[in-house]
Amino acid sequence: MELFIQQVLAGISTGAIYACMALAVVMIYQAIDHLNFAQGEMAMFSTFIAWQLIEKCVPYWLAFVLTVIISFIGGIAIERIVFKPIENAPVLSHVVIFIALYSVINSAAGFIWDFTVKSFPSPFGSAPLFGSSLISAHQGGMVAVTLVLLLLLYGFFSFTRVGLAMRAAAANPASSRLVGIRVSWMVALGWGMATALGSIAGMLIAPVVFLEPNMMISILLYGFAGAVLGGLTSPGGAVLGGFAVGVIENLAGTYIPVVGSELKLPIALVVIVVVLVFKPAGLFGRVVVSRV
Amino acid sequence: MSKLLEVKNLRASYGQVRVLHGLNFSLEEGGVTTLLGANGAGKTTTLRAICGMVKCSGEILFEGKNILGKSTEDVARLGVAHIPEGRGTFTRMTVEENLQLGAISRRDTQNIPKDIDKMFDHFPRLKQRRTQQAGTLSGGEQQMLAIARALMLRPRLMLLDEPSFGLAPLVVKEMFEILTALNREEKASMLIVEQNAALALGIADEAYLLETGSIVMSGPAKQIGADENVRRSYLGY
Repeated sequence: MELFIQQVLAGISTGAIYACMALAVVMIYQAIDHLNFAQGEMAMFSTFIAWQLIEKCVPYWLAFVLTVIISFIGGIAIERIVFKPIENAPVLSHVVIFIALYSVINSAAGFIWDFTVKSFPSPFGSAPLFGSSLISAHQGGMVAVTLVLLLLLYGFFSFTRVGLAMRAAAANPASSRLVGIRVSWMVALGWGMATALGSIAGMLIAPVVFLEPNMMISILLYGFAGAVLGGLTSPGGAVLGGFAVGVIENLAGTYIPVVGSELKLPIALVVIVVVLVFKPAGLFGRVVVSRV
Repeated sequence: MSKLLEVKNLRASYGQVRVLHGLNFSLEEGGVTTLLGANGAGKTTTLRAICGMVKCSGEILFEGKNILGKSTEDVARLGVAHIPEGRGTFTRMTVEENLQLGAISRRDTQNIPKDIDKMFDHFPRLKQRRTQQAGTLSGGEQQMLAIARALMLRPRLMLLDEPSFGLAPLVVKEMFEILTALNREEKASMLIVEQNAALALGIADEAYLLETGSIVMSGPAKQIGADENVRRSYLGY
């Protein structure tokens, strides 16, 4: 039992990383109805910007805020420059551009900051939380930040007019134009917000996994798994899904002998497949009912 | 009465195929105008052209200003509410959210809740369904929702594309009664495109008859309805 509780707690603390990323994934899915494969790399690049600022002796929280702002603007810029011209192109064109962006950003980061592993400071410190050796202060802080972001997003999408317009623009662009919503700017705004969220995720994750251009590859996969598990249309579900993936991964690694630590990553893929087969809308995703 | 909408020499094509061959028509402020015609005559295209959804040439004057070439969202922001064929409801959102979306470009946010209540007075059935996903409503209810959503814009002009489409005759009758009432009470100007000519002529002041992209006849609705040829080809008696 002791072992079980330990593993669940450890799972929740790694799950916080996935939850953060899953939130960014859901954000962009809400805005553009696609999964952005370059999202992890964009988050990594943002984190490098923060690292650079901190290296230049900018205080942590100032660097944090600056990075979020730069990422927000950068996300909008990417949408305007790269995706606006192909807005009517088929899904596959978008996927190809996502993959291109992925490798361009990955290589650019490697070119600018090279591939050596860098340490990234934590605003919460690395001391154990409440004297427990299972969860560190940083991981506790990460859980808290993720939940706060979730609340902010929930409020934004449920109670503000811009949030409602963004949801409408994603669900039904043609009708949205007819009620006067500037759909293309809603998409750009979605990109900006997703990139800003991603940058926060990156800055929280970097102290745990260390900063290098490939740091987000497996995390994005877990983030996708969390988002799919919780439901791509539900920010709350995605966060819960992220935590669940962390716990599932840890428990499977402990209790299923063949999995061990080497086969942890495929667990994320198994989760994606199982969810898509048995509950495509995810645990909390809104099931779309329609008359036929 | 002044002219709310004036369309001059409107031409539109889909690729190589010309659909509209220089339409001229106009709409009185506060009036109901109907565009009649068979399948493929260009009725829907005309509405889409007004809303900047198809490439076209000519002149479309709305309150005296040319709106041809403006984007769909800008035309909507001028107060043109288009209810497309198939209704264009946000099926994944609730009835109430749909109504709020109708008013999304309005700046007088403090009046919106009042207007939503007013819509629920006009359409009591929507009130019962306010938290239901719009996609689960019946066809008639969805059409009511589409009309209510359009009214939430406080439109200067409503464009209705086949409001009777796919509805049971009784529902159609009820809907046209509502439209007549709305025209009277809300002073909403309407341009109605219909295949059901008898119904449309019943509520319209002016009528235009469209045949393969050109207007072949126009005049007061009563006069058009009484015309021998129209009666034989469109009213069927």
